[in-house]
Order: sequence, then structure tokens, then C-alpha cells
Amino acid sequence: MINIPSTIKISFRALRVNKMRSALTMLGIIIGVGAVITMLAVGTGARQRIGEQIASIGSNLIMVLPGTTTSGGVRLGAGTQQTLTMKDAEAIQKECPAVAYVAPVHNGTAQVIYGNQNWSTAVTGTTSSMLSVRDWAISSGRSFTEDDVRSAAKVCLLGQTVSDNLFGDSNPVGQIIRIRKVPFTVIGLLESKGQSPMGQDQDDVIYVPITTAQKKLFGAPIPGMVRTIMVKANSNEDLQAAEAQVNSLLRQRHRIGLGQRQEDDFTVRNLTQMMQAQEQSTKVMTLLLGAIASVSLLVGGIGIMNIMLVSVTERTREIGIRMAIGAKTWDIRLQFIIEALILSMIGGIAGILIGVTGSQIVSLLAGWSTVVSPLSILLAFGFSGFVGIFFGFYPAYKASLLDPIEALRYE
Amino acid sequence: MSLIEADEITKTYRLGEIDLNALNNVSVAIERGEFIAVMGPSGSGKSTFMNILGCLDKPTSGRYILEGTDVANLDRDELAAIRNKKIGFVFQGFNLLSRTSAIENVELPMLYDGLPAKERREKAMHALGIVGLSGREEHRPNQLSGGQQQRVAIARALVNNAPIILADEPTGNLDTRTSIEIMELFVRLNRDSNITVILVTHEKDIAAFSRRQIFFRDGAIVCDGAAAVS
Repeated sequence: MINIPSTIKISFRALRVNKMRSALTMLGIIIGVGAVITMLAVGTGARQRIGEQIASIGSNLIMVLPGTTTSGGVRLGAGTQQTLTMKDAEAIQKECPAVAYVAPVHNGTAQVIYGNQNWSTAVTGTTSSMLSVRDWAISSGRSFTEDDVRSAAKVCLLGQTVSDNLFGDSNPVGQIIRIRKVPFTVIGLLESKGQSPMGQDQDDVIYVPITTAQKKLFGAPIPGMVRTIMVKANSNEDLQAAEAQVNSLLRQRHRIGLGQRQEDDFTVRNLTQMMQAQEQSTKVMTLLLGAIASVSLLVGGIGIMNIMLVSVTERTREIGIRMAIGAKTWDIRLQFIIEALILSMIGGIAGILIGVTGSQIVSLLAGWSTVVSPLSILLAFGFSGFVGIFFGFYPAYKASLLDPIEALRYE
Repeated sequence: MSLIEADEITKTYRLGEIDLNALNNVSVAIERGEFIAVMGPSGSGKSTFMNILGCLDKPTSGRYILEGTDVANLDRDELAAIRNKKIGFVFQGFNLLSRTSAIENVELPMLYDGLPAKERREKAMHALGIVGLSGREEHRPNQLSGGQQQRVAIARALVNNAPIILADEPTGNLDTRTSIEIMELFVRLNRDSNITVILVTHEKDIAAFSRRQIFFRDGAIVCDGAAAVS
């Protein structure tokens, strides 16, 4: 029978004898675990930020832009050709089963005036489904209705930044502001959404019914023309399908032949997929960093094995004495395994503390967001324990195979 | 049935091409309660003999029966259990664990026997009392004299109630007066507790404490008989 508490006590005593050596051996594990924790924290932080960004622009999002025009051989940029209409938006809503919401957009920049305050901002003409598309909520007041859109009502929703600039702390709902000198009633205030992935202030915006934007603010060269159509797919799985359906529907509607190499007069951009690709690459980066950090943990483990081998040699006589008075194979093995385990576990705990502190320092100095997940702590702790047992086993095995007579004679 | 029955024990070491017979057909029977001195020049095979008696080594051929058990067929862990239960070792160099208190040294055999901590402590205290070291339980080996260290080692050999104590030149590192004290302790244990004492010695004075002397030469017993009255 093996007496674990006594064995642990014996191991602690053996480790205390060579304090410096034990501390240096632990250092390998401390650095390894600390590095793993810090690297995982940096990676997790980056991923979490991307996740938040995806959530902030709205999930499962596809953007349809008008195509380009060519003028005397010079190709102008996307959106220069005005080919998308309200009808296209309605058709997408009706005929693409993978699509949940569609919001046509007709926007521009305008000077906005309230009392003695004025502010220049992006005015977006759209429908009420825009809020569903972008997972955006109203913090006070209401959104516009289909009636508002149909009748080109002069109502608007303010982003938080616009409200702050025009109204300060007071509630804008019910007030009348002038956009390009046209009076609009503020009917709602949008919740704050913060920065976009590109660093733009998403709250610096005014939403008006698209018809109002077309008829009263920016005009439309072709009746019903829109600048962009925002599309939200049913789910992440439906994203690809939605993209394909929108593509083929618009080709059909715009009479773009399949056979000829005719260029699309629109562009479909899958925003969410772009973000997800970014998230994926961050995930890979996290794994890579973690793997590199694990190498140092491995090196720490080899350090433990090295010291345990030295320890076994130094204590050959002690092992001989223990064997002579009745220590069995596993008594000896367990003694050295527990010693290695204590080294690696204490190192692991210290490493976790260092890693947590380290990731805080990184986020402080580099300004990256770092997240120490409980899982990574558990993982690092478990891994250091495993390292102790794994690298402690061989020295322990070697010790247990000593011949007691030889060991007793060892000087 | 004898306590120890060694029957035609041979131990052969292979040194390169040559086979070296450390022991050659040694047969001996030892009864419970005997006090034996094993003597002989170095290289005579007495150490090999003691190692086999102590179950630290196995004979190449022949039978060694200890309290009815044929030791030759046992594996490492079974031999360890026999050493733990039936044999107490006392060495010339004491072989105590350094940096470990006297009482913990004495507790060690019971640790490997799986006794609970409280019982270990009680028995170790008792054993230290028998060898006359009460009050020195917490002393470390380097805080004890040679004679005291050897007493700790004897207490360790006693503590599991082993019927046999094997002592390999137990007085080799001690001065004459201390040697006599240690030998008197062996005599007392042999007389009062009926413990079988088998000791290796070079010195006639020490061997004189025994009642039976076995002489080895060239791997064989050359003389086995009652001690000459000194």
C-alpha cells in the first residue's frame, strides 16, 4: 500500500533541500505556463473584439452595390452606375428564400440644424427593416412605419452622436430639426452602437424614410433609384445561398446574359463572411501563439526531467536504504513522480499568476484587449500537471529499477 | 522447521569471460533466537551470503527457505515485502536518511507497510525507548553521535517486529567502548525478545558476543560451530 500524504511530505522536504535548484527548475514551467496564458489571452481578446464588431455591423449581412460605369475606357468605381432600384429590393425580399430582411439605402451628407446648433452628418434613407438588418434597436421613441415610407413622411431617427451634438443631454424625440432646410420631426433615438470595424462612428447617422430621401433631400436621377441594398440572410448557414440567390435574381432582372462575358452591373459583398474570415485567421493566430508558447512549456518539462535524473543519481544511496527496508517499485516511483508533479504544479500556479499579470501588462502597454478565459487557466494547469507526470516518469522509473545492493554501496 | 534453511546455495557472478563463484554450495540452518557471527577475510563470500539471507539478492542455484517460504521464486516487490516484515538491517555506515529526524527514520519501514501515522509514531517512540534514545526523537542524524546513530538504525530494524536482524559490521565505525554498548544492546534484544541476530565482523572481540560462529573462505563455510569461550 502506498502512503500518499507521507510521500508528499517527503517530496516537499527533498525539494526544500535544494531550494535554488527547485526554483530554477520551476522557472521553466513558470515561463511556459505564463507564456501560454498570455498568448491565449491576446488571441482570445482579438477574437472577442472581432466578434463584437460583427455584432455591431449586424450579423449575416450582404451588401449589394451598383456596378461601375466605363467612360471612354476609364472605369469608374463601384456605385457610379445607378442600376439598383426599389423594385430590386422588393424582388429580393419576395424571391430569395434565404433572405430574411432587405433594406434599400439612398444616402447622402447633409447639414442638420436645430435651434442654434448645426452638424454635418450622413443621412440614410431606408425602410424600417433597416433596423432588423443591422440588429439595431431604438432606445427611445419609435421607428418609422410603412406608411411613413409610402407617404414620404418628414420624420427621422437620430443616432446617438447626432443627438448629442444637436440636443446635448435633452431628449430629441418630438423635436423638429431641419435637414437641408427641410423640417423633420424626430420620432426616435437609436441605441449607441459604437465604432465600426473600420473605426467610423456608427452613431453619427440620421435615418429617414427612403422615399423622403429620394424626393425631398437628395433626389433620384431615375425614379426609385437606390444607392445600396442591405440584405440579411436567415442564418449563417444561409449566407452563401442568399448571396447566390441575390446574384442570380439581379442578373435575371437586369438581363445579364449567362453565356456572354457580360459584366454584372452590380456587386454583391458578403460583409459577414469577410469578418468571419478575419475571425478565422485570428483563431489560427491564437493557436499558433499557443503552440509556440507550449514549446517553452515542453522545454520546462525537459528541465524537470533533467533535474529529476540528477536527483535520482544523487540520492542513489537513499533509494537503496528505502528499498532495503521494504520500499516497493511503486513506492519509489511515486516518490519521484510526486516530486516532479509538485515542481510542475507549483510552477504552473506561479505561471498562471504571471500569465494573468502579463496579459494585463500587454493590454496596458500595447492597448490590445486581452481576455484570460477560465478554460485557458484550467488548460495550463492541467497541462503543467501532465508535464510533471510525463517528464517525472522516466527518472522515477530509472530509480525504481536500481539494484538495492549496488545502491547501498553508492558513495 | 528452522527459521532459515539455506540448501546448497551457489551464487555465480559473470565477469567478462570468467564465471566467479562467490558462493559454492553453501548449506546452513539457523534456528529462531540464535546469535551468530559470520566471519572471514574479504572476498570470502560472507557479504554475498548476507545479501542472500537479507533477500537483497537471489542465489543462482540452491534453495533458500525463510520461515517456510522459498525466496528464490519471489519477484522484486515480494522480496521487498519480506525484507520489510522479516528482516531488520543494520549497516556499518548506519545508513540513516540525512535531514530526517530520528523518529521519522524509525517510522520508515512502517510507512512502506502502510501503517497509519498515529500507530507509526507510537511504535517508533517505543522502539527508540528500547534502544535508549527517548528524548532524542527529533534529532537529525548529524546531531547524533555514531553510537546514537547506530541505535536509531537498530530501532528502525526492530520496529516492524522482524524476527531477524542482519548486521553488517555494525561496530566498524565505532570506538571500542561504544562498540561494546552496541553489542550489549544486540545481546539484550536477542535474549529478551528472542530476535535472531546475524552479524558480520572482522573482530574476534565482537564475535565473542555470539553463541555460534560461521567462517567463510573462498565462497564456502569452513567452520561452523559454537563460539569458543573467550
